[in-house]
Amino acid sequence: MSRPAHLLIPASSAWPADIDPQRLHDLVAQVLERARAAGADAAEAGLTVDGGLSVNVRLGEVDTLEYHRDKGLGVTLYFGRRKGSASTTDFSPRAVAETVAAAADIARYTSEDPCAGLPEAGDLAREIPDLDLYHAWDLDADAAIALARECEAAALGFDARITNSEGATLDTHGGYRVYGNTHGFLAGYASSRHSLSCTVIGEEDGAMQRDYWYTVARHPGDLEPAEAVGRHAARRTVRRLGARSMATGRMPVLFAPEVARGLVGHFLRAVNGHALYRKASFLLDHLGRPVFPDWLDMDERPHLPRALGSAPFDNEGVATRDRHLVEGGVLQGYVLDSYAARRLGLRTTGNAGGTHNVFVGDSGLDFDGLLEEMGDGLLVTELMGQGVNPVTGDYSRGAAGFRIENGAIAGPVHEITIAGNLRDMYRGIVATGTDYDRRGNVITGSILVGEMTVAGR
Amino acid sequence: MSAPALDIARRVLLEPGGVDDGALQRTLDRIMGRAVDRADLYFQTVRHESWSLEDGMVREGSHGIDQGVGARAVAGEKTGFAYSDEIVAPALERAAEAARAIARSGGEGRIQAWRSVPGHDLYLPDDPLASLPAADKVALLRHVDQVARSADARVSQVFVSLAGVHEVILVVDTEGTLAADVRPLVRLNVTVIAEQGGRREQGSAGGGGRFGYGWFLEDDRAGGFAREAVRQALVNLEAGEAPAGTMDVVLGPGWPGVLLHEAVGHGLEGDFNRKGSSAFAGRLGERVASPLCTVVDDGTLAQRRGSLNVDDEGVPTSRTVLIEKGVLKGYMQDRLNARLMGMAPTGNGRRESYAHLPMPRMTNTFMLPGAHDPQEIIASVERGLYAVNFGGGQVDITSGKFVFSACEAYLIENGRVTRPVRGATLVGNGPDVLTRVTMVGNDLELDTGIGTCGKEGQSVPVGVGQPTLKVEGLTVGGTAH
Repeated sequence: MSRPAHLLIPASSAWPADIDPQRLHDLVAQVLERARAAGADAAEAGLTVDGGLSVNVRLGEVDTLEYHRDKGLGVTLYFGRRKGSASTTDFSPRAVAETVAAAADIARYTSEDPCAGLPEAGDLAREIPDLDLYHAWDLDADAAIALARECEAAALGFDARITNSEGATLDTHGGYRVYGNTHGFLAGYASSRHSLSCTVIGEEDGAMQRDYWYTVARHPGDLEPAEAVGRHAARRTVRRLGARSMATGRMPVLFAPEVARGLVGHFLRAVNGHALYRKASFLLDHLGRPVFPDWLDMDERPHLPRALGSAPFDNEGVATRDRHLVEGGVLQGYVLDSYAARRLGLRTTGNAGGTHNVFVGDSGLDFDGLLEEMGDGLLVTELMGQGVNPVTGDYSRGAAGFRIENGAIAGPVHEITIAGNLRDMYRGIVATGTDYDRRGNVITGSILVGEMTVAGR
Repeated sequence: MSAPALDIARRVLLEPGGVDDGALQRTLDRIMGRAVDRADLYFQTVRHESWSLEDGMVREGSHGIDQGVGARAVAGEKTGFAYSDEIVAPALERAAEAARAIARSGGEGRIQAWRSVPGHDLYLPDDPLASLPAADKVALLRHVDQVARSADARVSQVFVSLAGVHEVILVVDTEGTLAADVRPLVRLNVTVIAEQGGRREQGSAGGGGRFGYGWFLEDDRAGGFAREAVRQALVNLEAGEAPAGTMDVVLGPGWPGVLLHEAVGHGLEGDFNRKGSSAFAGRLGERVASPLCTVVDDGTLAQRRGSLNVDDEGVPTSRTVLIEKGVLKGYMQDRLNARLMGMAPTGNGRRESYAHLPMPRMTNTFMLPGAHDPQEIIASVERGLYAVNFGGGQVDITSGKFVFSACEAYLIENGRVTRPVRGATLVGNGPDVLTRVTMVGNDLELDTGIGTCGKEGQSVPVGVGQPTLKVEGLTVGGTAH
């Protein structure tokens, strides 16, 4: 479902009713013309429009009702190998002219950078696959409030120990994005994002705990039922009641899927070209070398229909494509945009703006199987703070979760830290689970790390 | 409020779109036509720029303009909100129409006559972007790069960024508030990587505040940040494993005040206490800290990053005593939560932009100095950690558990600082951590102007500070056990 054309709009796509894609494409084309007229040798421009509704219901009553409508236009001009950028939220001809002029003015002061410039024309997307990323939700404020209310009510009614709430939030947004550059690339696509989340507070023996759950999807029909979200939020809060610290020691640590995603995120940042050419990564020169155990695979799949991380092209128009990031534990490729690729003498991987749907392969065990495999240790369900050093891989973060004894949950813990070095932690992965969490750009099950230092009492 | 601020705000925000007082009045009238308790309009324009250098090249420069108006209607505990990035009468009306949908039935809201709010004069209403020619901004980046590289041969990478913001806001509400503020904000940041025997470590430093770029040139402050970043990176090259477990911790002065921001600051914001979701809820008048501790939030400090002449609801900022000699004294409030709790607003109503709702936020949060010499405090510790610099922190305001991550720390052995250790996260319990403060130094410092606080997806600039503190029994998340 695609058509090669100068002006690329996926043929079968839908977009928000109040958006005129042709007008937005024309605006980007005009910006590029203005850039040429200002004397730029090359230019690129990106534009987004987005709108939606967000309601929060707390203790059965509406807390906030927000209508969102945002737009933005960014442009970068290249004069030889010097560049300047500018942005505006105002699409009037006067504001657009001023924005192009501001970018041109900045380019007078930046340095000649031999690697600066547009991507190679040959790397740009020639076809724009329809990835089924836009699905309107015909939901007015009253219906949104009703769903949020149903979700929160399910949480409040789940257990007598649920005593308070931060509410349930329903959020529905849709928008359109256009990117163009002076290689003649001009393409756009619509996408939507709908979510329902719930946070409730429980109390036992005078101590409070809170936890949450959420569901998010491109298509409203793919969301979990409101009641299920509420009950799951409540279940997560209740099981944390009575949490305490635990004794300091070394032990296996199981990262639940919602935090395992972050563990993979640190890897993706470490193999990002910008960290590599800056020598600000603990995984320098690891291409073709083992990073993970020899059974672990990791793939990037940018064209999965409806997936949250899908994109037909990256932030500079480069075609996105399926690839192996890690095979048999060995790093197969970096995460590169065209600038970082030039700095490293490599070719862009279509990752300007980040990765698109990274899948972590499982080692065959489900969640209970992982607990059994671990025996005694710590299950982490929440991490706090920013204690990750991207240069050295040193890792030390606040954690909450559960003590595991003989493969079973023995009790909630908090006010502890887990620490190690990411290089050792990655090599020390013992198993990855089949309990996939698909709510993000990294899709992984639980990850069991053989040994870390847990600090507590 | 200085008259120039209101004049500037009218000229920059309202006149270009032909919005006059009559249009403001009609918009608020429209909202109040329903059973709405109060309504406000928040106009904002932000011009911002940033420049960055790496590998000795000024690689990036950018400029942007964001502007718009947010319309809010409050009915009881309910809030309706809509915004527009066009400041013209029809867009105002559409936003008003959407915001008032929060109230179901018609009503007869009254609008008070506007009186301009006398705010503070904490900074000049000048445009920091125009405070230095572009060529001099670029030269400043190059200077910082050069100072860092010549400080030590082991420095292998230098990254420098310079950013400026010129923000103009105007607030009108149905209770008669008419307020404006013109807010400059600049920041310079330098990060270096030093390399020795195959090992790489980083250090960073920076600062800024509500003034022009000239501040970085005075006494070569910019060069000072470069030298400080290099010093930190070199210390970290020598760092060994950090200890793991519970021990006494001495926190240095200044930026380590992020402890207060996380451990008690967020938990004392009005919204969490009104909703009963904070571990501090209902504890006014109770002892929550050792008698050595007095903690304030002060938005009235001249030129500070966290300071404001008026907050984003047009309330002049103030100095709010949060904890006095260990006793919980007050919360930080915006208008909504103050009204619902029967308290006075404290000038802490802040929002990231016109497209976000205001909520209670910190300004500059710090602990007042005590009596001890910092050396005496270190000498009192047999075995513990001396942490002088931090990355960031985070708190779960409901359980009270908080973390903050040290990026420069040393072991204390037998009352002496012995050797540097790697960064480690410290974890504690907000409601009781200050009860275990046993010594407070006489060396209060505020941070250099680098803090940004995130809450419910909204970022605002803040400040922190403290004197040297000794806390008994914090959990240190190292790897040496």
